[in-house]
Amino acid sequence: MNFPANLKYRTTDEWVRIEDDIAVIGITDRAQDHLSDVVFVEIVVAVDDEVSKDDVGATIESVKAAADVNIPVSGTVTEINEGLADTPETVNSDPYGAAWMLKIKMSSPSELDDLLSADDYKALED
Amino acid sequence: MTEPTIFELSSPGRQGVRFPDAKVPEYNIPAQFVRQELPLPEMSELDVVRHFTHISQFNYGVDIGFYPLGSCTMKYNPKINEAGARLPGFAYTHPSQPIETVQGNLALMFGLQEWLKEIGGFSGVSMQAAAGAQGEMVGIKIIAAYHQNNGDPQRVKMLIPDSAHGTNPASSAMSGFEIVKIPTDADGNVDFKAVKAETDETLAGLMITNPNTLGLFEQQVLDVIQVVHDAGGLVYGDGANMNALLGIVRPGDLGIDVMHYNLHKTFSTPHGGGGPGSGPVGVAEKLVDFLPGPIAEIIEEGTDEEAPFYGLVMPEKSIGRVKSFFGQFGIFVRAYNYISMLGAKGLRQAAEYAVLNANYLRVLVKNTYHIPFDRVCMHEFVAEGRWKDASEARALDIAKRLIDYGFHPPTNYFPLIVHEALMIEPTETESKQALDAFADALLKIAEEAHSAPELLTSAPHNTPVGRLDEVKAAKELILKDQSLNK
Repeated sequence: MNFPANLKYRTTDEWVRIEDDIAVIGITDRAQDHLSDVVFVEIVVAVDDEVSKDDVGATIESVKAAADVNIPVSGTVTEINEGLADTPETVNSDPYGAAWMLKIKMSSPSELDDLLSADDYKALED
Repeated sequence: MTEPTIFELSSPGRQGVRFPDAKVPEYNIPAQFVRQELPLPEMSELDVVRHFTHISQFNYGVDIGFYPLGSCTMKYNPKINEAGARLPGFAYTHPSQPIETVQGNLALMFGLQEWLKEIGGFSGVSMQAAAGAQGEMVGIKIIAAYHQNNGDPQRVKMLIPDSAHGTNPASSAMSGFEIVKIPTDADGNVDFKAVKAETDETLAGLMITNPNTLGLFEQQVLDVIQVVHDAGGLVYGDGANMNALLGIVRPGDLGIDVMHYNLHKTFSTPHGGGGPGSGPVGVAEKLVDFLPGPIAEIIEEGTDEEAPFYGLVMPEKSIGRVKSFFGQFGIFVRAYNYISMLGAKGLRQAAEYAVLNANYLRVLVKNTYHIPFDRVCMHEFVAEGRWKDASEARALDIAKRLIDYGFHPPTNYFPLIVHEALMIEPTETESKQALDAFADALLKIAEEAHSAPELLTSAPHNTPVGRLDEVKAAKELILKDQSLNK
């Protein structure tokens, strides 16, 4: 399983990539592995929404289960990955790339301190 | 699978039944209401009988083999229950008949309500709900009505453990509650501290399943219920796992305020296609007035010579009707039969054997399948269907391979808090030989997972159809026979 070192992680299996003051959010390789084949992704926030840490940003359905994607940092939604609705399988094939879900302009970047490093996240289930 | 659909078997002009000449005058239906085309299959009676008999042989049920579907309590439904439900006095009554002509039916409903009150330790029972999930919805609506009636509309928060059946958050969300997920602690219990942290003036209640979906008795259940009550909340009990408690623990005595039963689990009535289900709801004294109705009650007490007169009554502050007429009456007859055959001692024995069977099976497989919360279980247990040194095979593959061995797979991928979960519930109606045979198959499959994993990943092999494409089934949902579009 792959956990890129340049990302930060939440215990609930979301990743965050920092691009200046923007946080890009998706779910991890471990999350997609646990879910197995993803068949449906719905982004439940819209561009310009004000969101808070721990809000639900998207829901994902696989052949096994349904899961919420929790927002790791507060801010304003600047972009959502609309294409995912048509290509939910990319969550399995490219969780850190094509299957990014939300971009958020952070209002309190210090919240990032609560997130885990790749090594610490990997160690949660070893 | 090459089994043709009934439409493909159709042969133009073939007929199964010839109607006699009509002895009533023909009625001319206005032209705009007359269908020009009705593509029904044209077949002989024998063709129809063979077709349905053949596809019925693809079915699998408790009458065919072992069915350890966790959380579903797939116990055997004794055939005498079916005979009882088919007695003409029950089978041919109509719910619109005058009340004095259905006194026997009402006596049965009343008797069953009384038994369910006693078994669960409740003050009132409504037989209305037609399934477990509907019973849950009823229970949650009763909690909402109770807080409204007390002038507490700010109580909007429902606590639900992360091991709960998915219907729990669904029932609460549909009833307008805000859901707070409560984690499971290291021992497999609902996390007491997490419950306590949510006890404020917005607390509406807690939904708890005991034994929980890990098959474990909630060790702090009394403290958890107490802390919710102290904060003014009510406790909903999910009665799906009642089979483990019969005659041993009464949920009402634990402090549970409202709970649904599943007659089609605990009281042996048929499941699924053989159903329908039935989800009676029991409540504590303070909630009796809110029950859905109508409810069978004694209107006039009887005497030594005369039976009481029964009627149907709507509770004072009832949340209303949730089902046409009076619930699934045919199922009540079966459950009544089951309870009267077993009696109090027999019900307790059923629970004891259900727990014994689950523990026997757990111990047989625990050195091969990791049991994440490994302590004495109740009526079911949850194992992990994965191995570090055989990573190709997963729970789904084990489930599919069990079909090749002639068993119905256990519930898999639930509860969600165990990865690659296999949730195994043997029930009390299985013999030691049946349990041994199933354990042997599980151990054999574990060997195969290491030596020949493709046997698992390509299973099942001995069935009319092989591995189904679940992704395609989820994404391309086609419910209509495509040949009908031609």
